[in-house]
Amino acid sequence: MGRVNGFFGMLGRTFLGLLGRLGDTAVLSASSLKLLVAPPWQGRHLVIQMFNVGVNSLVIILITGAFTGMVLSLQGYYTLSKFGSESLLGSAVALAIIRELGPVLGALMLTARAGSSITAEIGIMRVTEQVDALEMMAVNPQARIIMPRIIAATLVLPLLVAIFDLIGIAAGYLVGVDLLHVNSGSFVAEMQAKVTTHDINAGWIKAVGFGFLIGVICTYIGYRATPTTEGVGRATTQAVVVTSVAILALDYILTSVFL
Amino acid sequence: MIRCEDIGKVFGSMSALSHIDMHIREHQTTVIMGGSGSGKTTLLRLIAGLDQPTSGHIWFQDEDLSAISRRRLYELRECMGMVFQYSALLNSLNVYDNVAFTLHEHTDLDEDVIRTVVTMKLEQVGLRGMEHLMPSELSGGMAKRVALARALAMDPRIVFFDEPTSGLDPISAGVITTLIGDTTKRAHMTSVVVTHDVKAGLSIADHVVLLWQGEIIAEGTAEEIRNSDDERVRQFIEGSPDGPIPFSRSQTSYIDDLLHKPGTVRLK
Repeated sequence: MGRVNGFFGMLGRTFLGLLGRLGDTAVLSASSLKLLVAPPWQGRHLVIQMFNVGVNSLVIILITGAFTGMVLSLQGYYTLSKFGSESLLGSAVALAIIRELGPVLGALMLTARAGSSITAEIGIMRVTEQVDALEMMAVNPQARIIMPRIIAATLVLPLLVAIFDLIGIAAGYLVGVDLLHVNSGSFVAEMQAKVTTHDINAGWIKAVGFGFLIGVICTYIGYRATPTTEGVGRATTQAVVVTSVAILALDYILTSVFL
Repeated sequence: MIRCEDIGKVFGSMSALSHIDMHIREHQTTVIMGGSGSGKTTLLRLIAGLDQPTSGHIWFQDEDLSAISRRRLYELRECMGMVFQYSALLNSLNVYDNVAFTLHEHTDLDEDVIRTVVTMKLEQVGLRGMEHLMPSELSGGMAKRVALARALAMDPRIVFFDEPTSGLDPISAGVITTLIGDTTKRAHMTSVVVTHDVKAGLSIADHVVLLWQGEIIAEGTAEEIRNSDDERVRQFIEGSPDGPIPFSRSQTSYIDDLLHKPGTVRLK
């Protein structure tokens, strides 16, 4: 009986702890986002963060997009050829990338490259008292540190996903048409016929949602990191894991909404 | 200028400060001293408004710091400066931008005027010509001096110093101590210095507050502290290992711990 009580006690404490952290995340993010419309305007810092999050992630997005498109084309051709439907390769590659792989892989890559760096940077700012220094210089750290990073991640991910989609489809075309000799006309025509505005909307709405998640989770975990070197390391790992799981969970929800 | 009324601060189940009543007088250097873990930095953070006391009130002139809005606190902070224990320079900015930071944030001054102010402040701390260096290229003493220049940039009325000489060689520590004393007098500032460096603290203090286990055990001028009969004060200023302030914080018997802990050798 004691063990059962202990188990449920632990379960309850874990759940309450999780709920508390969720509430804290919501409060911190909401109070930071509110500062978007409050003076002083943080436009310059927003541009800097968009550069840090977006431009600096471009190479990894290009590489991931290209390989995803190429692999998808190979796998798609292998499967479709069993049914004699190689001509559908264009639509299969485009739909898979636009609806699913572009937003999800793009978001996971951004989490690994920019999300981890956001958490580590904010955590180190705490360790070295730079957050307190901003407070003492009458600069709101939430307005300067958290808000621009959340907005930057939210705005930049759809753009990166658009680039991912383009490169992925182009790479898929090259492998499909030049390597596997699928008819160029049918590749493009099938893609144009099957990909609708609804699919594109589903892709970019996912990208906006994932970008927001990356911004909120990574800034929160960095801001609340234990101010020690070990604490920052743990927070960085935790940010990548939690954000990745959250992206996959949100992906399931959004996919079922946009079916 | 700042008045603490029955301040208490509790972290979880541990009391860091209790029943602190003190007064920081204008245009004076108040030095808060005490051993490691005595609550000095916690007290400084409360006075600077970086943390909230668990009980009591801190009055900045006539305003209760724990009751005012964040906006008002920021307005007050425009006339405050702080030098942190590890300098807390903004890593992404060079020396010039660190010193000019508050001027860029809170004034509409032309860049030429800001450049002149930065040059003056850096000259004051002996670092003119180092504007282009990044924080990672500075030694500990130089970083402290840049932090001091940054704290002085807005000509604040009050500056807080958290362990300004810790981790510095004797010459750098002497330079920083002299700078604090000189700038406080020349600029008619109010300084609050937290330190466990007795020699440096007493050399610049107009008023000394000595903490032990989160409580004030002595208060007065540097001379009064030097001549105090209190055994705890004497032990602290003489740096003696023997006295009422124990070196070891263990609550249990050392022998018992050795004998009963698994993995240790059991004596027969």
